[in-house]
Amino acid sequence: MHKVYHRIEQIAGNVITVRAEGVANGELAQVVGTLGTSLAQVIRLERDKVFLQVFAGSRGISTDGQVRFLGHKMDVSFTEALLGRVFNGSGQPRDNGPELDENRIAIGGPSVNPAKRIIPRKMVRTGIPMIDVFNSLVESQKLPIFAAAGEPYNELLARIALQAEVDIIILGGMGLKHDDYLQFRDTLEANGALSRSILFIHTAADPTVECQMVPDISLAVAEQFALQNKRVLVLLTDMTSFADALKEIAITMEQIPANRGYPGDLYSQLAARYEKAVDFEGAGSITILAVTTMPGDDVTHPVPDNTGYITEGQFYLRNGRIEPFGSLSRLKQQVNGKTREDHRVVMNTMIQLYASYKETLEKQSMGFRMSAWDNKLLKYGERFEKEMMDLSVNIPLEAALDLGWQIMADCFEPAETGISSKLTEKFWPQATA
Amino acid sequence: MSENVGRIVGINGNLITVRFDNPVTQSEVGYARTGDVALKSEVIRIRGDNAELQVFEDTSGLKVGDPVEFSGNLLAVELGPGLLAQVYDGLQNPLPKLAEQCGFFLQRGTYLKALDREKKWAYTPKARKGDEVTAGDTLGTVPEGIFEHRIMVPFRLRGKYKVEETLAAGSYNVDQVVAKLRGERGDEIAVAMVQEWPVKVPIKAYAERLRPVEPLVTKVRIIDTFFPVARGGVYCIPGPFGAGKTVLQQITSKHADVDIVLVAACGERAGEVVETLREFPELTDPRTGKSLMERTLIICNTSSMPVAAREASVYTAVTICEYYRQMGLNVMLLADSTSRWAQALREMSGRLEEIPGEEAFPAYLESVIAAFYERGGVVKLKDGTTGSVTIGGTVSPAGGNFDEPVTQATLKVVGAFHGLNRERSDARRYPAIHPLDSWSKYPGVVDGQQVAQARKTLRQGNEVSQMMKVVGEEGTSIEDFVVYLKSEFLDATYLQQNSFHDVDAATGADRQKYVFAKIHGILTAKVFFPDKDAARKWFLQLTSVTKDWNLVPMDAAEFKQLEQRIDAMLAEVSEHA
Repeated sequence: MHKVYHRIEQIAGNVITVRAEGVANGELAQVVGTLGTSLAQVIRLERDKVFLQVFAGSRGISTDGQVRFLGHKMDVSFTEALLGRVFNGSGQPRDNGPELDENRIAIGGPSVNPAKRIIPRKMVRTGIPMIDVFNSLVESQKLPIFAAAGEPYNELLARIALQAEVDIIILGGMGLKHDDYLQFRDTLEANGALSRSILFIHTAADPTVECQMVPDISLAVAEQFALQNKRVLVLLTDMTSFADALKEIAITMEQIPANRGYPGDLYSQLAARYEKAVDFEGAGSITILAVTTMPGDDVTHPVPDNTGYITEGQFYLRNGRIEPFGSLSRLKQQVNGKTREDHRVVMNTMIQLYASYKETLEKQSMGFRMSAWDNKLLKYGERFEKEMMDLSVNIPLEAALDLGWQIMADCFEPAETGISSKLTEKFWPQATA
Repeated sequence: MSENVGRIVGINGNLITVRFDNPVTQSEVGYARTGDVALKSEVIRIRGDNAELQVFEDTSGLKVGDPVEFSGNLLAVELGPGLLAQVYDGLQNPLPKLAEQCGFFLQRGTYLKALDREKKWAYTPKARKGDEVTAGDTLGTVPEGIFEHRIMVPFRLRGKYKVEETLAAGSYNVDQVVAKLRGERGDEIAVAMVQEWPVKVPIKAYAERLRPVEPLVTKVRIIDTFFPVARGGVYCIPGPFGAGKTVLQQITSKHADVDIVLVAACGERAGEVVETLREFPELTDPRTGKSLMERTLIICNTSSMPVAAREASVYTAVTICEYYRQMGLNVMLLADSTSRWAQALREMSGRLEEIPGEEAFPAYLESVIAAFYERGGVVKLKDGTTGSVTIGGTVSPAGGNFDEPVTQATLKVVGAFHGLNRERSDARRYPAIHPLDSWSKYPGVVDGQQVAQARKTLRQGNEVSQMMKVVGEEGTSIEDFVVYLKSEFLDATYLQQNSFHDVDAATGADRQKYVFAKIHGILTAKVFFPDKDAARKWFLQLTSVTKDWNLVPMDAAEFKQLEQRIDAMLAEVSEHA
């Protein structure tokens, strides 16, 4: 049925060129090389010249290799059977399970009509005080974790995934170390969460093009579940690898780079993925938590910078803790007024006091005299870091708020915190000798 | 309909190359057909017998050899009654209607009429048979919400026309012909309520352009007092992410003292548009008592929507602004964010393989930005009334660094600069407009000398605070320390404003004059303290009282009481003089 082309004119990077007619933009093709068969996607047409990016990479493809166009776009099977399975970036199983072929859905579909979105209003509880109390995660939020290499971001992601009350977890791994992938899988399995998870994994050893597909494939599946009234949490790690894959293809295609080699459409490309986070009017939702590693711990690097403009806040992971400064959940105002009446006050006061503690630390390091107030702050800051910021702390929101009052009560007089007397009368813990 | 059909010979992202036989016009609209959908596109370059078109949709599925129909028309919007309270995408597709038709997702190739064809409007003729009219003159009116919507002689007509026939008062839909005109050369024109206008061409059917001098009150204190915006002025708000650009825009869209606000969400988060979309119908406009949505129009091309339509969206927005300006109304355009629009230009420029300028932005970036902001302004219409378009654009500079092409190109052409600052937003000092870096060339609502004095205090306070970081509090003289405390007091009580508090969120011009005079009095008062701790304590207390003062309505009894307390406190420390 489908015509087979035998003459490959050009092979550069992962992009091959053949002469063919009647080929559609974005269409898939099968390419047979000496190392096996791979899928490829049409990315550019120039008269009868067709440019294809080969998912498995161009290594082993010879100039007389076979190219067969399939007449449809990249798609993925969508069934309940996906649950508990692991796939690669092309949607092929990587867990020795059977291949799935029913109910194919296109990936990279159109964006949601803003008129069909609703204002997010449900909090996602994580048991991490730095998130629940200070920057609440909200259903349908898109939030990246900014971290330097070496920070325990994948552990944090796994923990949030396990504790969040969601129906389905989809993990999109990009450029993962193989150990990290195994650790993710084992953690999910050990906690009995694998049966409600789907993993799309690209490891650092896999072809770059597949890395580029991971977010689309993960989000296309997530979207279908959300339309079936499911609450889906999508974890993407690491989006910097995704951006680097984009960069690689763009350079191969001789596009003019905009900033540090990244293509000019980096913002649009990232946004097209992150904007899939949605709370549908009358259906389910997609929440996206992504990891963006910051090369050189530099937030002005194009990837974190563009990401910050797209997402609804960000968590900075630094020295194994979520930084209170810089971290932000833009949607927290939607939910933290409805949890407990002291939530916002505790949130604001504790951060302000922690900021004062940081100033005092600076003064101390410069050798200035410490006043009585400074000493109180020093005591407070240490306890705050140990009992609130540490990632090992795992308590529900209410307990975290109580703990917050306790720490403040142990360090200060009620009036020193600036909290209105109405609230201190109600919540200030009585001295326990 | 159109006979002029070309064939696709190349596809690169959203850029298609089309071979044509009949003449093609630069910037005309074409439709690329694949299967049963036609994708809207615009000619952006012609070379030999190849035209290059940017497609406003996803191009997957298009093939070499597919037909492209050239329409012969430039990219245009529909102008007529029923625009207000609507939500459009960048090409003026009504999004709620699209949702009814297509469900959750934006299906490509679906284009709906911008204006409701069913709705009837109560038409009242104004022009009489035999009247001589020119482009932009009023032929009749229909009530649209709280406004009298003028049905005008089409802006495209040149020269004088005579009214031949007029329509009697009655209830009609927008396609209804309301008048027939005859031109000097004998040409007859039938004028409907709705007219079209190409978005990239400014509407010029007015008598003259005036200088913007009248302050536009936004009710944000730091803007109106320190960095004012004029009606018909243009200003920009650059800032890094998380500095509060969008919140500031939202606040402005609620409280700005203009007739109509047009929000152009250009390449930003969909969630933010949803907030406006869902909240505004619930809010009341304090000026009219009606729903805030009645004076609002949203053009929304969020970041995941096709990038070429993003480029068009700011033009769609400004064209609609100009249309309402022609009715003698004051219109405000809030574009968030112009950087995304500039990036759309950059993407196309890259696909066209043009020689790049700085950071790969095209060389014509500056002139395009300048031309866009030039569409703001105050005009005197032919009937002597005035109308204005005020443009406020946010800029999202990469890395928060203002030395980048979009910010710099914008700064050259705007009249006010509200630079948002990361340090201020990290310190939760909102709105995070930097009081020392920002500037405005427009006149404000408060006495200029008082403002200059306050600015001096801020500058000196900043110097003292820098010095204190080195020499510590011990090494600072009490006089300097008091200057520092005064500047902090001004910052905390006047520059910062709680946008979530009902009263504090919006400070009217009268209140600003009144309160600022009081604060000016405190800044210039000679105050004496025995030591720094006493000074700090006194200022902390004064700050807290003044902040409470900000939170009570001006007509409440408490307002006077708190004011007296402030006076009393001031008298306490200055009586040694």
